[in-house]
Amino acid sequence: MSDIAPQKTEHHPPIIRIAGLSKSFQSETGSFQALRGIDLDIDKGEFVCLLGASGCGKSTLLRIIAGFETASEGTASVFDRPVEAPGPDRGIVFQDYALFPWLTVHENIAFGPKHAGMSAKEVKRIADKFTEMVGLTEFIHHFPSQLSGGMKQRVAIARVLANDTDILLMDEPFGALDALTRAKLQEELLDIWQQTKLTVIFVTHSVEEAVVLADRIVVMSAGPGRVDCDMTVDLPRPRDVSSEPFNAIRRTVAERLSSNLAPGRRLTAGDAA
Amino acid sequence: MANEVNTTTPSETVASGGTPPAQPAFGRAVARRLRKIGLGLIFPLALIGFWEFMVRWTGTRLIPPPGDVLTMMWDFAFGGIYEDAFSASLPIHLWVSLQRVYGGFLAAALIGIPLGVALGRSPLLRAMLDPTLSLLRPVPVTAWLPLSMIFFGLGPKSAVFLVFLGAFYPILLNTVFGVKSVDERLLEAAAMLGCKGSQLFRSVVLPAATPSIFNGLRLGHGFAWILIVVGEMTGVPEGLGAVIMDGRTLSRTDLVITGMIVIGVTGFLSDRLIVLLNNRLLRWSPQHHV
Repeated sequence: MSDIAPQKTEHHPPIIRIAGLSKSFQSETGSFQALRGIDLDIDKGEFVCLLGASGCGKSTLLRIIAGFETASEGTASVFDRPVEAPGPDRGIVFQDYALFPWLTVHENIAFGPKHAGMSAKEVKRIADKFTEMVGLTEFIHHFPSQLSGGMKQRVAIARVLANDTDILLMDEPFGALDALTRAKLQEELLDIWQQTKLTVIFVTHSVEEAVVLADRIVVMSAGPGRVDCDMTVDLPRPRDVSSEPFNAIRRTVAERLSSNLAPGRRLTAGDAA
Repeated sequence: MANEVNTTTPSETVASGGTPPAQPAFGRAVARRLRKIGLGLIFPLALIGFWEFMVRWTGTRLIPPPGDVLTMMWDFAFGGIYEDAFSASLPIHLWVSLQRVYGGFLAAALIGIPLGVALGRSPLLRAMLDPTLSLLRPVPVTAWLPLSMIFFGLGPKSAVFLVFLGAFYPILLNTVFGVKSVDERLLEAAAMLGCKGSQLFRSVVLPAATPSIFNGLRLGHGFAWILIVVGEMTGVPEGLGAVIMDGRTLSRTDLVITGMIVIGVTGFLSDRLIVLLNNRLLRWSPQHHV
């Protein structure tokens, strides 16, 4: 993928454009390059999974888009403006939830609207709506310490939805959950995505999770982190994890991923479907 | 409340983690409470028995038996037995001591918390003040006694100053710690939700530091009660510390022990009040319940 990018959308510019982006971290022992020469365009409404092994810089890339880190070279732009700081247009869901432990479920979900200065009535209406969307209406007065991991992550998702975000950035959000809860939340996330038409960037190291969720899988390789290949997943939803086409794609992606473990050759975008 | 098992749907959790069944649980709670009080009483009662026994066995005249101290306590509180300078004087002594303890304690909180917050937030301020504070901290409060008598003269101000010094450091240091150790993730989460500047401080930093601040308040409060006796040794006519000093001068050990017991009980009761407030304000955090 080059900078003079393939115009996939004829009508709209991409919602996120990453061009020639590199990131190095300075430490006492020298500098460490986490990302090199990343080019990536993401369209409005796309569900993109960033897939890669630990240390490939996928979380760093997400944190740059979020505005928590700055690029060493190149740019990350959202809505044609370079990202400078975190903002409500990009909602982040962390693996460790990062809920405010002193606030109840309802107050956590109301946090964004409240700080945007909305009227108490409006704040309540929005918080009620998204509490219901994630199925936690019975738990509005519970504190995070009283919830299970899956319920906490539902609150975290509702919290950014309530903040009227345009882009959902998810950093291995279901990584700490058991398999059953994870499958349930994946399903709920897809429902929410289809209802809200959000753009989702979802970081994961699970091939199956990526194939279940994504429109598009961006496979990253390490040392330094770069885009290895960019695949479209053309399976209809809901996806059946035991079906033949699903497994064919999973196999292709897994092979791509493991070939990275040897020093990488770069391929152009491969279409798995 | 223990963490619930990872339930996949919210509705499953209602059965396991919802409101507890009311009646039998209430009876059990009362029984548990009584048992706890009963267990707590065994040791003090045994101690009083031992005291009585030792006084009789050694035949000492220096230490009165528990019964005499009880009489003294009654006289100290209500009068009508000895009719001397100390009869029925408990309210006055207790009142002035309370004023000094809480005067010094509140001053320590009013200065310690804001200063701690500022130090926790500003590396510059920390670099400027940390060495001085670290140097002064190991100096025992009692070592300040001569200087405080020069600064504030012989009298109550000196006592308040010592109480202040004793309560100040635990409050300050715990506040600094609480503010400095706010989880970076929570600050990121707040920034991503559009909360910044002074809002960030009020909505995230302060609540996140509350457990530590409370910890400091509770420690400082304990030190305040310890130091009131030292403070009131500086030649004030009234106060529980002064009563103990008078008892020593007059060789009235029953008065000394009475003063000790009153301080112990008052300190304990006011600590319970802080704990109550703590548990109310920090009910979101099970590990900070005392």
